[in-house]
Amino acid sequence: MSADAHAAHGHGHDDHGHDDGRDHGSFKSYMTGFVLSVILTAIPFWLVMTGAIENKNWTIAIVVAFAVVQIVVHMVYFLHMNTTSDAGWTMMALIFTIIIVVIALSGSLWVMYHLNVNMMPVHDMRNMP
Amino acid sequence: MSDTAVVANTGLAKFIFGRLTLESFPYHEPILVATFAMVALGGIVLLAALTYFKLWGYLWKEWFTSVDHKKIGIMYMVLGIVMLLRGFADAIMMRAQQAMAFNGSDGFLPAHHYDQVFTAHGVIMIFFVAMPLVTGLMNYIVPLQIGARDVSFPFLNNFSFWMTTGGAILVMMSLFVGEFAKTGWLAYPPLSNLGYSPDVGVDYYIWALQVAGVGTTLSGINLIATIVKMRAPGMTMMKMPIFTWTSLCTNVLIVASFPILTAVLALLSLDRYVGTNFFTNDLGGNPMMYVNLIWIWGHPEVYILILPLFGVFSEVTSTFSGKKLFGYTSMVYATLVITILSYLVWLHHFFTMGSGASVNSFFGITTMIISIPTGAKIFNWLFTMYRGRIRFELPMMWTIAFMLTFVIGGMTGVLLAVPPADFVLHNSLFLIAHFHNVIIGGVVFGIFAAINFWFPKAFGFKLDQFWGKVSFWGWVLGFYFAFMPLYVLGLMGVTRRLRTFDDPSLQIWFVIAAFGAVLIAIGIGAFLVQIAVSIWNREKLRDTTGDPWNGRTLEWATSSPPPDYNFAFTPVIHDNDSWWDMKRRGYTRPLEGFRPIHMPKNTGTGVILSILATAMGFALIWYMWWLAALSFVAIVGVAIFHTFNYNRDFHIPLEDVIRTEGERTKLLAVQAAS
Repeated sequence: MSADAHAAHGHGHDDHGHDDGRDHGSFKSYMTGFVLSVILTAIPFWLVMTGAIENKNWTIAIVVAFAVVQIVVHMVYFLHMNTTSDAGWTMMALIFTIIIVVIALSGSLWVMYHLNVNMMPVHDMRNMP
Repeated sequence: MSDTAVVANTGLAKFIFGRLTLESFPYHEPILVATFAMVALGGIVLLAALTYFKLWGYLWKEWFTSVDHKKIGIMYMVLGIVMLLRGFADAIMMRAQQAMAFNGSDGFLPAHHYDQVFTAHGVIMIFFVAMPLVTGLMNYIVPLQIGARDVSFPFLNNFSFWMTTGGAILVMMSLFVGEFAKTGWLAYPPLSNLGYSPDVGVDYYIWALQVAGVGTTLSGINLIATIVKMRAPGMTMMKMPIFTWTSLCTNVLIVASFPILTAVLALLSLDRYVGTNFFTNDLGGNPMMYVNLIWIWGHPEVYILILPLFGVFSEVTSTFSGKKLFGYTSMVYATLVITILSYLVWLHHFFTMGSGASVNSFFGITTMIISIPTGAKIFNWLFTMYRGRIRFELPMMWTIAFMLTFVIGGMTGVLLAVPPADFVLHNSLFLIAHFHNVIIGGVVFGIFAAINFWFPKAFGFKLDQFWGKVSFWGWVLGFYFAFMPLYVLGLMGVTRRLRTFDDPSLQIWFVIAAFGAVLIAIGIGAFLVQIAVSIWNREKLRDTTGDPWNGRTLEWATSSPPPDYNFAFTPVIHDNDSWWDMKRRGYTRPLEGFRPIHMPKNTGTGVILSILATAMGFALIWYMWWLAALSFVAIVGVAIFHTFNYNRDFHIPLEDVIRTEGERTKLLAVQAAS
């Protein structure tokens, strides 16, 4: 829905259901999304429950990777996000969100790592003579 | 609550009242009892007057339940000004205490009270003065500037306002029921953990901010949607008025950063309520994580406050210089750069916490970089004024005062951005002077510029010049007297939040600062007198044109005050100073062809939800679990019930539109004839 069309409408509540240029999805796209997210959930569960991979760190890394893919699946199939919806506004919002999340997460990790490394060494009194 | 409170509830009383006992009421503190007596007296007089003049129905129908963005904007402004009085009362108590507490004197505030005063001062001034004033301004002006009839979600707007008010009510309650936090305005753990702050103070802090935070976040979403979706035809992004641009960036910052504050406070409440160890010293907890997270919100927050005022100064400068804003495009990009960079500087609030040189230099450099776009803005304003026909009306005076004052604050800020310098100045009164320098010099001066600028639009008459000037000089001189001594004291090594002093040679500086606070009190008083005098003389100050300052943007195209529907016809935009452009091209108001106007209906749901949320906050603070559960269920119930309310819009009948527009035509004709 372009700004012009909307302004001409006023901002009424009686204009539901008109074509506003958004993708509302179809039965097929919802099913695809559902099946994909079930698979993406089942595999990490299976990995953790059976311990199929020896190395714990690898398991964690794979689970996180599946989680990221899961987020993308939700955004595409359930939130109907693509590069053209709402004249590119959703894409812009997504890019901004990713920038902020990356800054906040990586920055916090970096800062907290530094703070921990620079802590005064703990004197373990138990082994004192 | 002082040390005397040892009586605890048992049995049924404990179930009903949680930890609220008779001892929670500070009847043994003469200062608080006297304050309570004053407040109660004032409150009774106010309520009696409202009842006597039969204003309750009017207030409820026309204001409290209103979904009109203009009325909600005005209510935000009133909330901000009322809370300013409370926050300033705290300030003047601190100034008096510090000026007195020398040579063995303990001053007049006991330690536990003084600690609450400085915490409440910070919390109130940021969350319940600056935020409501800024939000109110955006609410009022943005829809008018973009040619819209209301915001995108009018009910949500009303709800947001009442949630903010709910938070303010919780803070005010802490004055007479229990106590407020004694931790400083950001409530750092481990001090704010249950072990060191077992009283209700920190809980008041948490729930007041959480309740108000809901309102802030929702109004941020609302205004983004409004600006993105509801601009008049022809108004592309690069034709938006600069105030709308800065509002958009501010609301983007709100939506991106307030969830972080909500999450941090939620983690802190988990620590306090269910015994988790996110921010404790042992069991793997880390208090430094709290400081890190809260400043990831906290630094964008200061730009949330200042950006809309940068917009105000831009509008004021270009209007009162009679020129197009110099460097509109660079102004927009500077704002966008600040929006992103404001997320990259948070560590400068805790350089001394122990990060290494690489971390500190990274954040020091980003902090210095952010002063570049801000400096660019100052030059844009200067070049806008250059060779302009400047009219020194009140809004312009505030703008000049801002430019002079803010540059000083900006320079001390860059100084503090140098990590080695910060190691000396951290936590000192130099820092206090710096951030008051930018917040008063930027946000407060900007708010007064905006109030003097847009008051005629909102109420239909200009504000009184004489008292406006008294207020201006009181504030400006008061600011310099109050905070320049703090720079000096800070350089001498005096730290913040001290209650008493040993070195008698420092006293003179605190006395000067207290004198400054008295001047600011005159400034605030004169502002209230200015409003009263202007209401008294409103016929003489009347603005019949709707465009008293020869304005440039769309809000001046409407009558003063604008009709409920703002614009009978949606204007079409060709230029970024759209109203200026329309005037230049000889625009004539359409006088016929009106149609009924579709508008949202008022609803009391926002008030009800906010009362329930405030009750829930109060219950959680005092451990009244039954009330917390009950009000939570009620909130969900009322919210669901409201979704079934399909009777939420109406049409302003054609006759009303024709009558309103006809009256305006008549007024304009009289104006033209005289």
